[in-house]
Amino acid sequence: MNAAGILQIVVFFAVVTAGAIPLGAYMARVYSGERTWLDPVFKPVERLIYKICCVRADQEQHWTVYAFSCLMFSVIGLVVMYAVMRLQALLPLNPAGQAAVAPDLAFNTAVSFTTNTNWQAYGGESTMAYLTQMLGMTVKNFTSAATGMAILVALVRGFARRQAKTVGNFYVDAVRSILYILLPMAVVVTLALVWQGMPQNFDAYTEATTLEGAKQVIAQGPVASQVAIKQLGSNGGGFFNVNSAHPFENPTAITNLIEMVALIFIAAGLVFSFGHMVGDRRQGRALYLAMAIMLAVGIGIAYWQEAGGNPQIQAMGVDVIATDMAPGGNMEGKEVRFGIANSTIWAAATTAASNGSVNSMHDSYTPIGGMVPLVNIMLGEVIFGGVGSGLHGMIVFVIVAVFIAGLMVGRTPEYLGKKMEAKEVKLAILCILIFPLSILGFGAAAMVLPAGLAGMSAAGPHGLSEVLYAYSSATGNNGSAFAGLSANTLWYNSTLGIAMLIGRFLIIVPTLAIAGSLAAKKIVPPSSGTFPTHGGLFIGLLIAVIVVIGGLTFFPVLALGPIVEHLMLGVGTLF
Amino acid sequence: MAIHRSQEMSLFDGSIIRPAVVSAFAKLDPRDLVRNPVMFTTGVVALLSTVLFIRDVASGGAYTAIVGQIAAWLWFTVIFANFAEAVAEGRGKAQAESLRKTKTETAAKKLATIDATTHKQVAATALRSGDLVVCEVGDTIPGDGDVVAGIATIDESAITGESAPVIRESGGDRSAVTGGTRVVSDRIVVRVTANPGESFLDRMIALVEGAKRQKTPNEIALTILLVGLTLVFLIVCATLPAFASYSGTVIPVVFLIALLVTLIPTTIGGLLSAIGIAGMDRLVRFNVISKSGRAVEAAGDIDVLLLDKTGTITLGARQAAEFIPLPQVNERDLAEAAFLSSLADETPEGKSIVALARQKFNFADQGKSATFIPFSAHTRMSGVNLETASGLVEIRKGATDSVTAYVADKQGKTPGGIPKELVQAVERVAKAGGTPLVVARDNRLLGVVYLKDIVKPGIRERFATLRQMGIRTVMITGDNPLTAAAIAAEAGVDDFLAEATPENKLDLIRKEQQGGRLVAMCGDGSNDAPALAQADVGVAMNTGTQAAREAGNMVDLESDPTKLIEIVMIGKQLLMSRGSLTTFSIANDIAKYFAIIPAMFMVSYPQLQALNVMHLASPQSAILSAIIFNALIIIALIPLALRGVTYKPAAAEVLLRRNIVVYGLGGIIVPFIGIKAIDLLVAALHLA
Repeated sequence: MNAAGILQIVVFFAVVTAGAIPLGAYMARVYSGERTWLDPVFKPVERLIYKICCVRADQEQHWTVYAFSCLMFSVIGLVVMYAVMRLQALLPLNPAGQAAVAPDLAFNTAVSFTTNTNWQAYGGESTMAYLTQMLGMTVKNFTSAATGMAILVALVRGFARRQAKTVGNFYVDAVRSILYILLPMAVVVTLALVWQGMPQNFDAYTEATTLEGAKQVIAQGPVASQVAIKQLGSNGGGFFNVNSAHPFENPTAITNLIEMVALIFIAAGLVFSFGHMVGDRRQGRALYLAMAIMLAVGIGIAYWQEAGGNPQIQAMGVDVIATDMAPGGNMEGKEVRFGIANSTIWAAATTAASNGSVNSMHDSYTPIGGMVPLVNIMLGEVIFGGVGSGLHGMIVFVIVAVFIAGLMVGRTPEYLGKKMEAKEVKLAILCILIFPLSILGFGAAAMVLPAGLAGMSAAGPHGLSEVLYAYSSATGNNGSAFAGLSANTLWYNSTLGIAMLIGRFLIIVPTLAIAGSLAAKKIVPPSSGTFPTHGGLFIGLLIAVIVVIGGLTFFPVLALGPIVEHLMLGVGTLF
Repeated sequence: MAIHRSQEMSLFDGSIIRPAVVSAFAKLDPRDLVRNPVMFTTGVVALLSTVLFIRDVASGGAYTAIVGQIAAWLWFTVIFANFAEAVAEGRGKAQAESLRKTKTETAAKKLATIDATTHKQVAATALRSGDLVVCEVGDTIPGDGDVVAGIATIDESAITGESAPVIRESGGDRSAVTGGTRVVSDRIVVRVTANPGESFLDRMIALVEGAKRQKTPNEIALTILLVGLTLVFLIVCATLPAFASYSGTVIPVVFLIALLVTLIPTTIGGLLSAIGIAGMDRLVRFNVISKSGRAVEAAGDIDVLLLDKTGTITLGARQAAEFIPLPQVNERDLAEAAFLSSLADETPEGKSIVALARQKFNFADQGKSATFIPFSAHTRMSGVNLETASGLVEIRKGATDSVTAYVADKQGKTPGGIPKELVQAVERVAKAGGTPLVVARDNRLLGVVYLKDIVKPGIRERFATLRQMGIRTVMITGDNPLTAAAIAAEAGVDDFLAEATPENKLDLIRKEQQGGRLVAMCGDGSNDAPALAQADVGVAMNTGTQAAREAGNMVDLESDPTKLIEIVMIGKQLLMSRGSLTTFSIANDIAKYFAIIPAMFMVSYPQLQALNVMHLASPQSAILSAIIFNALIIIALIPLALRGVTYKPAAAEVLLRRNIVVYGLGGIIVPFIGIKAIDLLVAALHLA
């Protein structure tokens, strides 16, 4: 660890926070239907879309209708994307001549992009045609992100409204998310990336002869546009196999900073939007702080572990101290261009924010360094989390925290004036159960079934971490891979696909049910008998609830994975 | 004002413990156990480990002794939880027993009509709602009802514990009588309002026994949370063998069971119903009967408290504070007139006038022949007619308009306006929150006696406390707004409703509820019934009418309106006890992991010993110690569950911080110490 590294972490937080505050205010205006400065450009487009799709924008939906709309929208998108992949050999814009994608992989990939996961069991440049990348991946990157944002907005309306029957209109929320937020931001980021030298073309792959005389195929294509939205929409699915570690997907230090900030930007902004929309900006600030503290701790641990390096290598007399000339620490699986600080910030942020893009290989981290991304996902993808989905997941934990805290002050628990009763607790518990059920359930199955064991490349605790990571990533709709696991098999494609569906839709439905139940309630005005949910005490309690629930759920498997690996590394046993 | 003290009962009275032990075993009945999902789960795995133990004994397993001990401690866990519930119920049962003693078989004198002179002797149990009975001196009232004719003094000590007899009469707000109470004087005719088995006494017995206890909303929500946590840990334990087998370890089933039971929230799960029963019980010991647990819980949520001024905020009686003579009148003359007119006045106000006059001017009792004119609702005046040397002197004191009309009449004028000077004096008194009493001698107005409403000592502090708890107090009074404002300011209430009528009282409650607030009030009269029914917590006074007692969801047997404050505190304490013990229970799990996880994987991953921070002697003793701790902590916390966590009124944030430190941090630390201590003992005794 050195001053430069710590400075980079500080800069990262400063840039994200400084940008997220105004963005949050802007997004709150978008979702409240207020005028924004983009109205002259997008209002006509918005109206046209509603006209074509026969959406009655002024008609609000009950939560069940809202949920049904969301599910239908996702199912249809899923089917279309599956078809595009299966038919890509027959479709245009396929200069590399990619064959049809296999059924199980196509299912996995379609699910993955529909659920905002972007788990990739394939290498983009060797599997997907340009048309598939654009019509499938890029379109889904917008729509799946917009879906998450719409669900969040419905939940926030549940808090903001009193004795209301409806929670908004799904189509309007999704369309406005894309038009007013994702699209303009993607355009700006794309231009910035192109300016930094990222390819954006439809050219066939170039053959080059290297200095040694070897032939090399250089893949390219419409990279910049997809990278912009994969970062902004917490999607994370790379254009190339190695994602943002690829020089065309992340060419310079500036693109690295842009991409790192972009991957958390909207999720961070939405936390402030929440404060605006419930009419108490302190509430947004408190949740932001809770998330930022957890992210900072994660980055800190990962950076400290990676900068410390592998004790066994150190024992061989290798200098792991960072100097101006040497990065020091554990550089395995990291780009020399980015170094340890920027790799660990990315690793922690991309797993906290449910993005899943990577600029280094988490599999090669030290056991504890690699546990940070894993734990970030296991905690429920609520540390910023996916756009929309992260905050609505966080609010579920808030409900549990408020419930316990509320009882401790002798009142029926309430949050933002809404009483938390049996129904809300039940639905919140349903959401929380999904993670252990899917991660531990599928993980355990993979541990005993030959089909599961076959995919592992490492033995012992490290192999366990690989599988745990895969199911965590799928359930948490993160999409990053620990690497090492050969996931393009029938077993992993199907089970991970199911985990992604569970992790997305079995959480969305109870979340919308909470929204509906809350919207129908009165708002209890605060008094000194209600404990404030914007102070340090509550932030601490919330963090404790998240860490304790996640910790108690996953401690045994973590002990058998990264923790024991770490302890064994100390005595020289490697995997 | 004295803060009410409840009658304390020793926590572990022998007469409660013995039946509770029996009951703890009886409650192992699966049909009872299934009501508590956490304990039901524990019971199921206890049974499973017993089967495993028997199998091991038969086939000679590796850990037979440990399996046996774990199975035994699992049963203890369930039995301890049952015991906690049984003790809580036992306390109620003891109370019910003393109530039941009053429910001896009584005979009733049934009347055919209200005017009937002869009665028929029937058994009290044969009475039905609507029957008329006559009760005379010495009779026990055979059932709940309303007095429809007559007036009587009644000894209600059987129910209230209060020895002073109370008056019950037909009509008005004191018409309700309770079965089991005894007529001390006179004769009344009662219309029975409850069928046998549904009487007030019956309901009270059922309530304190907890026989018909239903889970309250927050209890249901908490149970759901606990079930959720139980499911999470079931998933954790069910999947662990797969991960373990990959890691080269075979975990004995009984160890998995031990892990499961130590992780699921058995502490709060075991004590939850005891906390609820104890909360109701605490209320009963404050002589308040709540018709449902829901109301007790709602009391903790109260935002607005409506309190009647008279008797709650001020002493029932007003006191003379000052004589305000009109210009050209000597204060001494005014005082003397007031003194003379009050000498025979037995009301507290009258006595206070006499006392003030004596203190100021040292008047002596005068032996003049006087005729005392008592107060009547019609004249709204009282006074005295004196035979003096100069003739008959008439002194009158009373309401402003009545006395001025009287004087005008004496002067031979038609009653008109009130003299300006008098208006000034009257207003001065009203502004100060007092009641003006105008005094006149013959045809001359003398001045005003300032009758001061005496705010109960200490009530200001209590309102400040309530404010700290986030509760707004609203004073309800029939006074005019001027007087009400002055008293409100003196008593320190947050708001007041002056010139209150049943209608605007009801409107006020509705308005507050519309704003999302929960409202509590107390009342006694029939006209309070709608408001009592509308309020979230309506406390009816036992002295009140049957209508009021039916409308409210609580009845205060001592008829003390200030008790609302205690009721709120009991409600809060109930929720706090649940929340704190939940936090404690979950926080405990951290230490248990550190005990059990390294122990379980000792064989395949000896490096995990690094997590054995407690340095427990062996894997077996670690697991055994954790499960013993888990069982014993339930017993250790029974007194806390029954007593409730300490509650000092304070802002929510202060309470939260305190409880997080005590039960959150405490919950993390205590099991580390406890498990280590038990481990030392287990190792010393060679149990593992």
